[in-house]
Amino acid sequence: MADETTAGPVTTLATPIRLDFDFTPGVAQSRFLRGLEQGKFMGQRCPSCGKVYVPSRGSCPTDGVPTTEDVLLSNVGTVTTYCVVNVPFAGQSIEIPYICAQVLLDGANVSFMGLIQEIPADQIRMGMRVEAVWVDESELTPSLASVRYFRPNGETDADYETYKEYL
Amino acid sequence: MSAAERTVRPVSIASFAQSQNVRKDDERNEVEGLMPVIAEVFGNIGITKDDVGFICSGSTDYLIGGPFSFVMALDAVGVWPPKRESHVEMDGAWALYEAWVLLQEGEIDAALVYSFGRSSLGDLNEILTLQMDPYYEAPLWPDIVSLSALQARALIDAGKATEADFAAIASRSRRDALSNPKAQVAKDVSPEVLLQDEYVVAPLRRHALPPITDGAAAIVLAAGDKAREWSDRPVWITGFDHRMETHSLGARDLTSSPSTAKAAEMAGVASGKVDVAEIHAPFAHQEIIVAEALGLDDSVVINPSGGPLAANPLMSAGLIRIGEAAERIRSGKADRAVAHATSGPCLQQNLVCVLEGE
Ligand SMILES: [Zn+2]
Repeated sequence: MADETTAGPVTTLATPIRLDFDFTPGVAQSRFLRGLEQGKFMGQRCPSCGKVYVPSRGSCPTDGVPTTEDVLLSNVGTVTTYCVVNVPFAGQSIEIPYICAQVLLDGANVSFMGLIQEIPADQIRMGMRVEAVWVDESELTPSLASVRYFRPNGETDADYETYKEYL
Repeated sequence: MSAAERTVRPVSIASFAQSQNVRKDDERNEVEGLMPVIAEVFGNIGITKDDVGFICSGSTDYLIGGPFSFVMALDAVGVWPPKRESHVEMDGAWALYEAWVLLQEGEIDAALVYSFGRSSLGDLNEILTLQMDPYYEAPLWPDIVSLSALQARALIDAGKATEADFAAIASRSRRDALSNPKAQVAKDVSPEVLLQDEYVVAPLRRHALPPITDGAAAIVLAAGDKAREWSDRPVWITGFDHRMETHSLGARDLTSSPSTAKAAEMAGVASGKVDVAEIHAPFAHQEIIVAEALGLDDSVVINPSGGPLAANPLMSAGLIRIGEAAERIRSGKADRAVAHATSGPCLQQNLVCVLEGE
């Protein structure tokens, strides 16, 4: 029998752990998710500073007060900044290179992340006007998966002054 | 050196607020649950976030199953202009301790402390297993009820308590909770009736276990002139200490709590009469161990709020003990109170806070 003490240090010990959690989106985020289910972007306005958040988590992060007023936002927005993804990674479902952009929806005061398609990656630019392309009505769910991507809508680029504070 | 011998800057519990304690809040997210509590704790004394120089919170991502939940929770306060802030992956009572230490430095005069506990989002027994040693204990998935039952068994075998004692504590807690509108479990039920409960894990019957609770709490600490400005009867922290023991259950005497006793000594519990004690003993038998370690006699009113057997929002239940104890003094029902908070399995870490009115 081998002497255990000569086998060297144990370097690996597998202790598998799995935990399941319920997710509680809350009142405000539920409004946003229910909006997506209907093919529209719902934001909420801060009663103190007037900013419109999308999605709102229920509070204005600046003022710490509840955002109570629902605001229906446009399907159209402006690319405030972007990056072009050229690196393949595990679980990637989109062909590279692709464009990941921050889109400021008309009427909102925060941008959110979106995929930009129907344009060669080297033609994306700040200020580009884009519109959301939704999945078919029968496939709409209370999830961002309802938005397939954004694409250029052909409008003239937005003036830098209109989005410079949202970079 | 005890607290009484140290030079301690007087700091007061200026305001306390807690949410309704419920089994499961599936309407609101963490921010939405916290916002009314923060608004109330400021509103009680007519201040805003601009009046506090420091924010400290206690919570754990393990309960929510998402990373950096404490950062998102700050949206409930509104950290603009940028705030001085900290967080402990502990019960809010330890966040209060950190804020108290900072106030000792004298640079700031007020701090906001809050905590939120969503105990309902996962399987609490499984989640709490992950606080054990990750190599030898956690892989066996020893759940917190079973570990607590081991402790209760040791207590019975040592001749220090009986199952009837556990039922008496649960009965008193539930009855007292009838006068606490924020409590989750409140009922006038005799120990004899409770002893008819089935065992969950012997020797612990259902009533000896804490409820699973969603809840949040907040406290404003104030020092110097602000303490008097914000309160007609300031409630002063006159002693504050916390201690911990080894994580190895086998290396501890589970029937006693030397860390509580040491914290109590350092906080100066014995240097005056104790009117009220709010004890964070999630399992009924643990109250017996903590009360002994704190050196409390039979004249002390224990857990008039109903205690953790009436509502046990993880990460908040300890902070709530301090808030409840302070409210007893503020309302004139007590002059000197002791609040206790615990963390870890079988009373591994313990915090003791002594409060006094003027
Ligand atoms: Zn605002």
